[in-house]
Amino acid sequence: MNSAPAIDDDSSSLSPGRLACFRFCKNRLALVSGLVLLALVLLVLIGPALTKYDPNILSDQQFAAPSSAHLLGTDDHGRDLFARVLHGARISLLVGIVGAGVSLLIGVLWGAIAGYVGGRLDNAMMRFVDVLYSLPSIVFVIVLITSLESIFKNWLAAIGSPSLASASRLLLLFVGLGAVSWLTMARIVRGQVLSLRKKAFVEAERALGISNTRILFRHILPNVTGVVIVYLALTIPSIILYESFLSYLGLGIQPPQASLGSLIAAGAAQINPIRIYWWMIVFPAGFLGLTLLALNFFGDGLRDALDPKSE
Amino acid sequence: MYYVKRVIALVPLLLVISLIAFVLVRVAPGGPFDRERAPASPEVERALKARYHLDQPIWKQYLIYLGNLARADLGPSMKYRHHSVNDIVKQALPATLMLGALSFGFALGFGIPLGFITAARKGHWEDYGGSLVALLGICIPAFVIGPVLVMIFAIKLKWFPVGLWGSPMHAVLPTLALGLFYGGRVARLMREGMLGVLSEPYITTARAKGLAERTVLFKHAFRPAILPVVSYAGPMLADLLTGSFVIENLFQIPGIGVFMVNSSLNKDYTMIVGLVILYAVLLLVLNLVVDFLYSRLDPQVKYE
Amino acid sequence: MRPRLKSLLIAWLAGWALLTTGCGGREQPADIVIINGAEPESLDPQIISGQPELRVVSALFEGLTRFNAKTGDPEPALASHWEISTNGLVYTFHVRTNIAWSTGEPIVASDFVRSWLRVLKPETASDYVGILFYLKNAEKFFNGEIKDPDAVGVHAIDDRTLRVELNSPTAFFLSLCAFPTYVVVPMDVIDARGDNWIRTKPLKTSGAYTLDFWRINDRIRIRRNPRYWDNANTQNNIVDLLPITSATTALNLYLDGQADIVWDKNLVPVHLMDVLRKRPDFHTFDYLGAYFVRFNVTKKPFDDPRVRKAFALAIDRNRIVERITRGGEKPAETLVPLSTANYLPAEGLKTNPEEARRLLADAGYPGGKGFPAVEYLLNAGTSANADEKVAVELQAMWRDVLGVEVGLKPMEWKTYLAALTALDYDLARSSWIADYNDPNTFLDMFLSNNGNNRTGWKDPHYDELVHQANATVDLHKRAEIFREAETYLLRYAAPIGTIYSYAGFNYYDPKKITGIYDNPIDQHPINTIKKLK
Repeated sequence: MNSAPAIDDDSSSLSPGRLACFRFCKNRLALVSGLVLLALVLLVLIGPALTKYDPNILSDQQFAAPSSAHLLGTDDHGRDLFARVLHGARISLLVGIVGAGVSLLIGVLWGAIAGYVGGRLDNAMMRFVDVLYSLPSIVFVIVLITSLESIFKNWLAAIGSPSLASASRLLLLFVGLGAVSWLTMARIVRGQVLSLRKKAFVEAERALGISNTRILFRHILPNVTGVVIVYLALTIPSIILYESFLSYLGLGIQPPQASLGSLIAAGAAQINPIRIYWWMIVFPAGFLGLTLLALNFFGDGLRDALDPKSE
Repeated sequence: MYYVKRVIALVPLLLVISLIAFVLVRVAPGGPFDRERAPASPEVERALKARYHLDQPIWKQYLIYLGNLARADLGPSMKYRHHSVNDIVKQALPATLMLGALSFGFALGFGIPLGFITAARKGHWEDYGGSLVALLGICIPAFVIGPVLVMIFAIKLKWFPVGLWGSPMHAVLPTLALGLFYGGRVARLMREGMLGVLSEPYITTARAKGLAERTVLFKHAFRPAILPVVSYAGPMLADLLTGSFVIENLFQIPGIGVFMVNSSLNKDYTMIVGLVILYAVLLLVLNLVVDFLYSRLDPQVKYE
Repeated sequence: MRPRLKSLLIAWLAGWALLTTGCGGREQPADIVIINGAEPESLDPQIISGQPELRVVSALFEGLTRFNAKTGDPEPALASHWEISTNGLVYTFHVRTNIAWSTGEPIVASDFVRSWLRVLKPETASDYVGILFYLKNAEKFFNGEIKDPDAVGVHAIDDRTLRVELNSPTAFFLSLCAFPTYVVVPMDVIDARGDNWIRTKPLKTSGAYTLDFWRINDRIRIRRNPRYWDNANTQNNIVDLLPITSATTALNLYLDGQADIVWDKNLVPVHLMDVLRKRPDFHTFDYLGAYFVRFNVTKKPFDDPRVRKAFALAIDRNRIVERITRGGEKPAETLVPLSTANYLPAEGLKTNPEEARRLLADAGYPGGKGFPAVEYLLNAGTSANADEKVAVELQAMWRDVLGVEVGLKPMEWKTYLAALTALDYDLARSSWIADYNDPNTFLDMFLSNNGNNRTGWKDPHYDELVHQANATVDLHKRAEIFREAETYLLRYAAPIGTIYSYAGFNYYDPKKITGIYDNPIDQHPINTIKKLK
């Protein structure tokens, strides 16, 4: 869990960043999953142009099997599943990335301040993390989502257009999922900062009278980037998975919008002994599985690249 | 002595946790007595609220709650009016403990060897295959794996019952469905641990001395490599022992996991707070146990 | 690897042995296993309100009448016969001589008086206390305006005779007497044990069964009560009722033979309805329930009846029942289901897109232009239920017909109910299940002061009509006044838009199970059910 120190001897011909890049590219699996991820993101971004169907327009073609008209078939409202999977993947990735971003923001700030300031504040901040850590996250998320929903909605309606208010559930998911995922990040960052704080270069800067915020943000945080990126890459898939569980509970993305999770939750009901509309579960679940696999392998590759010890 | 101190330190932590849960659930909109049929008069609602002290200011409610808590009484459930939270926990915990313990065993028994092999054979097909299996366990939601297992092993092959609880056969599919996810995580942690250890200089030295690879892996690498798994085991067991909503709902197992989710949805205040406390106690105690094991396994770690 | 596997297996079995012996070993299998829907919140007959609760409680406690298994009509139960005064206000019940509690003590007329008075105490917190307000002075006693219990219209003349006085002639009063709120409960136990009397062992019951055990989230086991007056006709000894909320799990257990009957309409996977309906063991029938949309008339834009009517006229009910619910639900232009007794169908709003657009334009929103952002409130569900699917369809219909984009707002159950009660919504998914077979169970709901109104709509003319109907003895005349009231409600004011009337569903194999019949109130007495060996 060591980061590649950014402030290092200049004797090495390759910069640590280049070195990491080199190591990453040597890892074929990571490279392939990186490419797969890239392809998925591209597909999700330009996907809607590939299909003539709107993901939310109903039709009389209910439960149509995959065909040339509907590549992945249709669902119970006759909506095109290909369009919906693309749309859902976009939302899922968005939730994963922004949620992880929220967790990054809170976690890094929290951990860095606790670790850098130390003493009583550190103790209090980390006890708070302990407390949150001991709350079952599902209870926390449910309460958060239900109690913030109307507050959020009114607030959004007040500051912006009504269309913004209808996105309130999405914003809630960002906040809620980010809010339960930052704890480990905070712990990791604090540990790193704690050890960096005692390093000679920090002492030297302090002696030079450089302000604490400057030291923290300019000199210490860049040194924890490696660890943070690695952990971030692994947070995204876990948040996507968590959203799918919330969708299963009916607390995920607001219908008629879809996420991969809500599509799978709807598809899971198709696994029954009477009749299986297999496309409704296989495609969303396959897409989710592929995305998460790629994200995980990619994260692993990043770690191997950024953490020279494991090579 | 160190551990006694830590146990004592848990008490204020638990107090804070119970307070947070207590306040949070009351802040959320909707209450336990919002019903589909409107009450015949405000009087009825008032009577109900008075019975559960909901008419008191919140700090007073909390003090009353703490008073009961001191006597190990988690209070009456607000949804299941004739059951106390203690009652429900007592009824539901055995099934959850059983399933949790089995899944825990499965996760370790499946994850540790898998992680070990994938690390030992890094870069070979065993690594890719094994890592894929481990990741699939993590990446596919339990509400997909569960029904698939039921379809194959209960409905098509008829090897196991489709649901309910009561015999060893009933436990097989839920254990698998629940254990695969945790097994996958254990495998990944084990693999990471092994890879970390295998790059240590002392392993290189051991290899240079001409020790058999088997001996190096089992005698020298295994023990330190399992440490990440040990520290994950605490939270994992706490998760497992407070049940899984998806699995219990799917297999109709009378466990505690459904209450964790349903009480939050139903605003069963006492039940939520009780379960939060149960979870916190389990987690904190198990973390203590983990620290203890850690100090035994890793000679570098010393608590004073 | 072998020995390790073996030791693992042994540990597994040993763990089980330990666990099961700790719980008292395996128990006898039940004669019949029924999947009953959600876990009952309570089994106190005078407190409960949900369907799953009602079905269990009906087996344990009985009142003066009971529902006939075939027709759902009231028939003599603890009362063998009765007389009704010509003005319809006084009922004299003759209580059977051979009735006893499951513990052996005789049941007498005064037990009824004490039981009913218990419901009328606010501290009992009965959900259904309103159903007793047909008794003379009952509401005043409940509100504390009258302190003397003797003033309430129920008196024991002697041990065998019960005299009941009503406020107004009530056509369906005998049905009410079969309802759990009207049953006789063991007041001596209640006085001694308080709220938790239902968990005394053995439980003193008045119905066909006694309670063996109630393991929350596991099962409820009931056992034949040999002291029940009609015990000779009880067709089974032990029945298990399983609390299950997942439709797929219920179906799996049924197909696997682990359950004999599934009888909750929420336990049928909606997307399999078309296949299931063709099976001989799937039973569907008209059920007295209504599915509709509530409009919040206190807020713009639904304070304008033209807007409400436009939204109601835009609903394509046929598409919803034919393509989404598909379980034999009837598209409904009226709130009251057509199969309700003593009912003449009112004139509701037929689907009419042009008229809908015209009304919306009249109201100032031609083509949906300038329409404020509104949301359709619904309950979020974990199972494959129809609510979300119907919502998606409605949204599309309003978009296509009116050009209005309605947001969907799913909320978990309690938050949904709180929002509904507080009128914190624009439009809301709504439903109502009949308490008894009469139009007034639906039409009372929209009286100005009814707590279940939840639309903010208040109209003295409507109140007047409903009160007038309730006081009318002549059934045909009464039905006519109700028709006028309902037409006024739906066509003139339209605080609601009707969608469909429910269908009820059961699974059971008629070759294996007899004594269970389809009836419009979905009441299936357990004591008549028999499993053929």
